[in-house]
Amino acid sequence: MGATAMTQTTPAHLEYVLRLGDAALIHGQRLSEWCGHAPVLEEDLALANMALDFVGQARMLLSYAGTLEGKGRDEDALAFLRHEGQYRHPTLCELPNTDFAHTTIKGFLLGSFNLLMWSRLCGSSDKALAAIAAKSLKEARYHAEHTGDWVIRLGDGTDESHRRAQAALDILWPYTNELFAANPTDDAAAAAGVGPAWSELAGEWEAAVLPVLQQATLTVPARTPFQSYGKFGRHSEHLGHLLAVMQHLPRSFPGATW
Amino acid sequence: MYTQALDIPPGEQPKRKPDAVENAAYQAEFDARIDAGATIEAKDWMPEAYRKTLVRQISQHAHSEIVGMLPEGNWISRAPSLKRKAILLAKVQDEGGHGLYLYAAAETLGVSRDELTEALLSGKAKYSSIFNYPTLNWADVGVIGWLVDGAAIMNQIPLCKCSYGPYARAMVRVCKEESFHQRQGYDALLAMMSGTDAQRELVQDAVNRWWWPSLMMFGPHDADSPNSGQSMRWGIKRISNDDLRQKFVDATVKQAEVLGVTLPDDELKWNEARGHYDFAAIDWDEFWNVVNGHGQCNVDRLAARVKAWDDGAWVREAAVAHAEKQAAREKAAA
Repeated sequence: MGATAMTQTTPAHLEYVLRLGDAALIHGQRLSEWCGHAPVLEEDLALANMALDFVGQARMLLSYAGTLEGKGRDEDALAFLRHEGQYRHPTLCELPNTDFAHTTIKGFLLGSFNLLMWSRLCGSSDKALAAIAAKSLKEARYHAEHTGDWVIRLGDGTDESHRRAQAALDILWPYTNELFAANPTDDAAAAAGVGPAWSELAGEWEAAVLPVLQQATLTVPARTPFQSYGKFGRHSEHLGHLLAVMQHLPRSFPGATW
Repeated sequence: MYTQALDIPPGEQPKRKPDAVENAAYQAEFDARIDAGATIEAKDWMPEAYRKTLVRQISQHAHSEIVGMLPEGNWISRAPSLKRKAILLAKVQDEGGHGLYLYAAAETLGVSRDELTEALLSGKAKYSSIFNYPTLNWADVGVIGWLVDGAAIMNQIPLCKCSYGPYARAMVRVCKEESFHQRQGYDALLAMMSGTDAQRELVQDAVNRWWWPSLMMFGPHDADSPNSGQSMRWGIKRISNDDLRQKFVDATVKQAEVLGVTLPDDELKWNEARGHYDFAAIDWDEFWNVVNGHGQCNVDRLAARVKAWDDGAWVREAAVAHAEKQAAREKAAA
């Protein structure tokens, strides 16, 4: 894969791709923590399947980011050998699993976003990114549908499942502000036709998400001034712990290949 | 384990189908089919003891797949490269899938997955003892693929031709995937052995810990395996424990040489007269200690399964409640 469309890679282009790669990596890492511990066997398989999709997307995107960067860093150097402040994913991705309701709501909020994102990126001026988008879009359709079905089951299930789903939505919803926060990287990427400014997707995202939450009989929290800044490299306290686990081996055995 | 001969406690026999009465004419027909190498299907008459043996064996196998997700799952979040993380995730997911097919195969014999799960979680049902050993370094993942999956394949290939159709057909798919896992495990170890000294030490450490437990996976010596004869007669078991174990040792020694690791047995040597490798005596006290609940991870493995099941109760209840509400709404609208 190469930066076929753009003669010269801009920092914004690189950061835009890196953000997509980091989002897939960190969301996939969190989902993979469920493997062997899910509420029912079928869901164990589904969660592992989704985790695998995200790890696969991360591999393509981070490899490509390494190519764009041109400093010889491969997918693993980018995944395992950066510090907290160098990751560019939205904070929502790194929040802990907590319970199945948190994982489901988070997966649905992000999954619905990814579906719109990959749809738009299929038309990217960056042909390599468009190719990744075409593959990822198929996966995102399943993720959005599967998590959406579970949001409805939990919201419309028992009193306990409704309470847990609502609690998860209340905690996670404010982090969606960040998805649509204006960002110079986005402006530059949008101007170059690399991809949409994420802020442009807010309306379509709400149009996709709100009916499902309504069907699930969940109350959409009011917007608050809360702002998280993962896209800018300022994360929650959770990321350091996630990275401590994820990066442990490559950092313990410098220079080793696996 | 798949061929470990473990008795079912009294009173825990599977439910009897009403038409499963013992009957000399049916028995003769059943025996003739077994002798002719035909498969027995779920709808066919079968002796109650045959059904009971299959339920025990298939459910133990299913439980082993599910519990077996835990030791390797222990390393998913710490896999050292994205490629290895993806391979490991896919592998552990496959194990869950095997559990699913096998529970479905057991269900054809008149038991439910919930009953079988209950037996596992209450400690009544057994699963393979191998999963009661801890995974202590990354090389354990590769060594489990190479040795543990390798031993499982030796055990399972003959099951693809076992007399009970649903089990045999499930095993065809399971074996294909297990063979793939074994190659992936071996490949991960080759990569480490061609790496640094520190990586090679990890591999040798893992081999030292997993070699003997892998040999124990074939179950007690034939002389100490009282159920084996009947299982052979029924076409459930095709090759004896000791023969499978010997076949495994003979195949593995060369693989260890290629890899550059030492198998931890000073008595391991080629015996020209037998045409096989000789190996030291297995520590059966350790085997039975682990089978009987005293291994390093027996408590942790079961506790992890119980926790997942208990923590997930509200999710399963929600799914049922929603489905019922949905059905009621559709009925009201009709």
